[in-house]
Amino acid sequence: MSLIQILVFTASASVFGTLALAVARSGLERWRNAVRAARPWLMLAAGVIALYWLQPSTPIRHLDFWLPTATLALVGLIWTVTSRPRPIDIPTTLVTASVVAGLVLLIGATRYIDALCCLTPSRPPEATAILVVVLAIVALCAGFGQFLAGARQLNAALLVMVLGVFVVLKTEPLGAGLSALLRSLSGQSVAQASAFDVSWLGFSYIAFRLIHVLRDHAAGRLPALSLREFVIYVLFFPALVAGPIDRAERFVKDVRTWDAAPEQIDARAEDVSAGLQRIFIGLFKKFALADTLALIALNPTNAGQVQTAGWAWVLVYAYAFRLYLDFSGYTDIAVGMGRLFGVRLPENFDRPYLRPNLTLFWNSWHMTLANWFRAYWFNPLTRWLRTRSIGRDASRVILIGQTSTMLLIGLWHGVAWNFALWGVWHALGLFIHNRWSAWMRARSANADLPSTPTSVWRTRAVAAFNIALTFHFVALGWVWFVLPDVGQALDLFATLFGG
Amino acid sequence: MSRVDIHRPAMGRIAVKALALFVLINALFVLVDPLPAIGSLSAYNVIFPGRPRLPYSDFPDRAYNLSLYTLNAMFAAHEINAGPKPADEYRILLIGDSSVWGFLLKPEQTLAAYLNAGRYMSPDGRRVRVYNLGYPIMSVTKDLLLLREAMRYQPDLIVWLVTLESLPRNRQLIHPLVQNNASAVRALIAEYGLALDPNDARLIDPSVFDRTVVGRRRHVADIIRLQLYGVLWAATGIDQDYPDYEPAAIDLEADETFHDLKPPMLRAEDLALDVLRAGHALAGATPILLVNEPILISNGRNSDVRYNFFYPRWAYDQYRALLAAEAQRNRWHYLDVWDIVPMSEFTNSAVHLTPAGSLLLANRIAEAVQKIARRD
Repeated sequence: MSLIQILVFTASASVFGTLALAVARSGLERWRNAVRAARPWLMLAAGVIALYWLQPSTPIRHLDFWLPTATLALVGLIWTVTSRPRPIDIPTTLVTASVVAGLVLLIGATRYIDALCCLTPSRPPEATAILVVVLAIVALCAGFGQFLAGARQLNAALLVMVLGVFVVLKTEPLGAGLSALLRSLSGQSVAQASAFDVSWLGFSYIAFRLIHVLRDHAAGRLPALSLREFVIYVLFFPALVAGPIDRAERFVKDVRTWDAAPEQIDARAEDVSAGLQRIFIGLFKKFALADTLALIALNPTNAGQVQTAGWAWVLVYAYAFRLYLDFSGYTDIAVGMGRLFGVRLPENFDRPYLRPNLTLFWNSWHMTLANWFRAYWFNPLTRWLRTRSIGRDASRVILIGQTSTMLLIGLWHGVAWNFALWGVWHALGLFIHNRWSAWMRARSANADLPSTPTSVWRTRAVAAFNIALTFHFVALGWVWFVLPDVGQALDLFATLFGG
Repeated sequence: MSRVDIHRPAMGRIAVKALALFVLINALFVLVDPLPAIGSLSAYNVIFPGRPRLPYSDFPDRAYNLSLYTLNAMFAAHEINAGPKPADEYRILLIGDSSVWGFLLKPEQTLAAYLNAGRYMSPDGRRVRVYNLGYPIMSVTKDLLLLREAMRYQPDLIVWLVTLESLPRNRQLIHPLVQNNASAVRALIAEYGLALDPNDARLIDPSVFDRTVVGRRRHVADIIRLQLYGVLWAATGIDQDYPDYEPAAIDLEADETFHDLKPPMLRAEDLALDVLRAGHALAGATPILLVNEPILISNGRNSDVRYNFFYPRWAYDQYRALLAAEAQRNRWHYLDVWDIVPMSEFTNSAVHLTPAGSLLLANRIAEAVQKIARRD
């Protein structure tokens, strides 16, 4: 998201937040109802518009229009499946579908209006093509809803489909293959196909929201969501590009319970002031600090050029802080914008570099992703392992659970060796910390000695040492993360340790 | 009183104070113009080693270096600014164009680096230390501007490399560094009576808005970026992008024109020789060795008409004669080494040398410098 885009969204959200506050203060029932009714539609429209506006350009003809459209198709299909077996409110669903389809057609129509062209990075396809595709999506969703929505296998099939697309996008050779296919379909040269051609806006986050609703639907935990609520949840514009990954049942409460009633003046005022404050903090972190540190942060080019251990450490530190400030800055902006719309998005970071051990680091770094993996991978896996013979050995269960979880978190960033190694690095760190903690607990329990008072300074020194140790373990892990060439990463480790 | 009630007036007060502070800082910026002072604050020579050549690059992310217009910041980043001049140092400053700066050459392959590698001693026993103050793009007025700044570093000798392309009058104000230091250039014009127009539209006079923090943001950002790139300069020793390049043209157009000049006559007034005279006046008692730098002498197509891409033969030959006569008339130390470097030792332009070419030139300059040092 560029600064201009952020500022436009911030300005729009601020106007809404301020308007809501003014309405709450006015105490006018008519205005209150109007704002309350308009809010979800505004959120829906903003999500759809953001989907197209933020989509990066691609060299494949019209793909920057079709990828957001594919996102909408996927959202529609998955809502159709997960909305059953509960009855659907047909009229409101039709209105929502019409609004979304209308927005898509309007965005497509900018092709013909030079003054407005274009919301998408390149000129949209012809209106007839868009109309045909939109009608096909509507027909497909309606068909699913009519004939197949109750089928359990459909949920699993959609899950596999979302995961499949995710894997293709994250795996370079597969991405290049997809690019070649799309290029041949659009009559372009296949020779220039590259995995970078198919940059699908926010799919990493959209996919995880969709998987979450599919899994919770299968488990019977998903609350009833209207199509409008579902689209708003998946495409909530502040969280579209870089999360956080909210849970549907929590998110929808914020959508439903918001009001501009006089008794909520304080809440609305707090939304505006806290939201703007968070956005300013986020902008400063991202554009003043992170972008400045980016100039000197470790990257594949300077990793091969650095000559001394001391300066290599400086580059690693710069990368560690740049990544944190960049990502947490985006999260601040997202949380702030959400707040202006009365949505309290979950936090993603909680001072992660001040944590005294790796377990606590992962409780405070990219928290919504870590929680997602805990809920949908680690917990089910370890529960299952405990039912098998292997489950008698707790340490083995933990090792398998943590390694596979961290490996998947690594691969979520891209199917490549360096991300896998980054995941394994953290898995081993977590396992060692887990075993160390267990050993320390057992030792304390067995010691059977009266506890001796510990000096404050000693406690502080130990805490500082633990924080420094954890930070350095994490910072060294970023070497795997940032350098795609494993050999180059090993060379850098050698430089860092004076080799 | 609720939390929000406390917040509301506080937010208003903060906004008003922030606005007042913003206006005040901008007004102070306009009145005081602290940019030169800000430029003097540098992490170079303190946290990072000073740069061996003045900051210059169009590709900062690859070169870990960037071009900026604040002279103080440029010199503050240079190794010449490391501290007071040591008593046992015979200080030589090199000024000139990109060939002196060392375009496409690593820091250890420049003219200054080779001269330093020679570990020469002055006749009075001081070790010779050469500083590279060359700066890309040819214009002797730009050289004069840099020389004025450099004089505070107490040189014992100045070596000024020039070529015909740096002397045409219409090139003198073409350099962005010159244009963005309009008041300093005007001062030079006035002080030395240079035949340049002080009201030339190319000289950039900042408006009141341009002198605010907002207006100066690019200059301030460049100074900050220069400090940040110090990390990567220190970490890698890289200060230039080294792209693949097309070798300098050997086959030439049969074109006899040089800028807007046509054969048969190049007149002294067509060239900014007054700027060279101003340089000597500025240097005062410090000797200057004026060097006509090497050029590529082509043997390709139409080489009977032109020496290279820059120069038709008639213009260059007459320039050499004019410069030699001017040097003789003013009793300048003058060295004409226009033809000492073979064609194979040029890189992407008719004045950019390979490391071998650079070494060849260094050896010839070293001889001339030793003679001057002995004489002085």
